[in-house]
Order: sequence, then C-alpha cells, then structure tokens
Amino acid sequence: MNHNLVQFDHVSKNYMKEIALDDVSFQLPPGKVIGVIGPNGSGKSTLLKLTAGLLRPTQGKVIVNGKPAKRRISSEVSYMPEQDGCYPFYTVTEAIKYYNSIYTDFDEGKAKEMLDFNELSRNQEVNNLSKGGKVRLKMVLAMSRRAPLILLDEPLAGLDPMIRDSIIKGLVAFVDPSEQTVVITTHEVSEIEPALDMVIALKNGKIVKLDDVENIRGMYGDSLIEWMKEVLGPNSSSLKTE
Amino acid sequence: MADKFTGKAPIYYQIAQKICNQIVRGEIKPGDKLPSVRELAVQYGVNPNTVKRVYMELDQMDVSEVHRGQGTFVTENQQHLDELRERLKQDKIRSFVLDMKEMGFTPDEIAMGIQLYFNDGIEGGEKQDES
Repeated sequence: MNHNLVQFDHVSKNYMKEIALDDVSFQLPPGKVIGVIGPNGSGKSTLLKLTAGLLRPTQGKVIVNGKPAKRRISSEVSYMPEQDGCYPFYTVTEAIKYYNSIYTDFDEGKAKEMLDFNELSRNQEVNNLSKGGKVRLKMVLAMSRRAPLILLDEPLAGLDPMIRDSIIKGLVAFVDPSEQTVVITTHEVSEIEPALDMVIALKNGKIVKLDDVENIRGMYGDSLIEWMKEVLGPNSSSLKTE
Repeated sequence: MADKFTGKAPIYYQIAQKICNQIVRGEIKPGDKLPSVRELAVQYGVNPNTVKRVYMELDQMDVSEVHRGQGTFVTENQQHLDELRERLKQDKIRSFVLDMKEMGFTPDEIAMGIQLYFNDGIEGGEKQDES
C-alpha cells in the first residue's frame, strides 16, 4: 500500500543555470498540515509547483498519491497559486460557479460555508476585493475541492498580522485532516506554527530539516522562529529581502 | 487573538492544561459541553489533529467524557474532579519548590516563608485573594 502521499526522489530543478532545488528526497504522510518554510529563493514555490505537476524536475522523480506528478495530477492536487488565481471581472459567486464547473470534486456547499465564515460578500467583484479578501477567496476555491492534497503558495505573504490571523483561522476551521493533506509555503512562521503538524525547512534548494513541529518545539523550546533562525544560520540575510 | 504558546511542552498538552485550569477555577462547570473541534481550532489557531489530541489527553486524565453524537463534556464524577484539583496543586507546588531549591533555599526556609506570607496576608492581602 502507498503510505506516503508525496514522495520526492533525488529531485533537482534548474532554471537555466540557476539551481532551485538540489537533489532533494523526502516523503510526506497523509492527514497532516505541513509548512514549507525558508527564506525567499530557497526553493519553496518550486517544491510546490513540482508537487502540483506544474513544473517537471530536471532530475529525479516526484510521486503524488502513487502517480508521477505530471500535468494530469491536478485531479489529485488542489493548488492555490501565489499570484492571482481567478478572473478579476468575476463576482465571488461567479468564481465559485466557474470552479464548480471545471472541477468534478468541487464541494459547493463547503465553498458557501467558507464564504460566510470569511465574510466574503457574494456579489463583490474579485477586482474590488482587498488583498486579504482575494487571498481568502483563493483559499475558499482551493480548499473546497475534495482533492487528497491541497497546496497553498504563500497565503500569508504581504498581509498585515490581523489578516494573517484570520486566514489561519479560516484554514484550521475548514481543513479536514482525515480527508486531506495541506502543504503551505510561508516565511511568516510565527502565526502559522501552532496550525502545523510538520515542517520542511529549505535553504539554498536543500532541505535543512523535516520534522514534526512537536519534536522541534521539544528540542528548541519557544516557537519555530528561534529554531528557524538557528537552522538557517546567521548568514541568512536573504530573510530580509522581499 | 489566540493565546501564545511557550516552552517545550507540545501545544496539545498546553491547551489541555489551560482547560484543566479553567475547570478547577470553576470557569467551566462539571457537565458543561466543551467546544467542538472546529471551535477550539479557531480559538487557538491550531489544526484539528491537535484538537483531537487535546480531547484524547483530557479523556485519558478522566476529566472529560465523550457522549456519542453530542460532543465532549466535562466529567460530573466528583472524585475525578477532586483528583484533577489535587494534581494541579501538586504540580504547582513541585515547580515552586524546584525553583526555590535552585535558588538555594532549604525546605525549612521555604515552609517558614510560606507560613509568614500567610500570616502577613491575614492582616493585609487576604481580601485580594478572596476576590
């Protein structure tokens, strides 16, 4: 039987001469909320896009739910891009209808429940939503699919702490780990830490650490950030750059 | 905003402790329904796996009971609640004594200090404690 939902087997990804991921191997079990953390340019988004089948590895294999992660893996994977995900001229309701029409596993009931929880008004045009509102809508769309794997690329980037907090509440209220695994990339670790089961820490295209948050907390005490700074080392100046 | 978690103890354990404290303080009464998985997840910003472990922990401590299809309730078994109260007391005393010993105080000094503190308290601080 297949116990790992995601498997990377000596995966490298280069963009021309730039190495984004460098011989990375790991497995992710089902039923967890997993954070991918690391400074910008560490390979977080590349890892997510490879898992979504949107990129092909330069070397190695990516297996999702027992199948090679090619473009057609999108039936198993719900991917929320960091950049805009739906047409700006749609209303919120139209965006939901559109997703409902293209994905057979879309759960319209859950989507509506999530809209209410997130206080998104249905007649609003996507274009007119605030930055936080757009992210919340994208999350509603991505999480309303009954896909076994949900990938959220930087849902907290560029948002203020109150909005980040509300997005995390929306996540924990509607994630169902008995049915779904969620992988989130972020460099905003302080708020998301309590919501995570596992963490993958990346630096310069390599995995520095993959462990249960509980173990990391047990070893390093207070919060993931201290630990993150520790594993990423004193020369992680790229942390500051946006 | 959710409470912050500190220290090396796992988050599920810290939440279970908070709930135990609320029960002993009487903020949550025997027989009260505890929040649903989703409510607790949102309250603390933790995922449902963590909440389930909180409820497993409380169940193992005999603090809560699961009523099928209805949710999780604080036990009405007074003996279990007394045990919980006693356990929290012992935990606090243990950590206090450990701190004091680390600072070099002897058991006699600690006991004497507590005695004096309460004697003073009867004159001055008692009313605050009663509030």
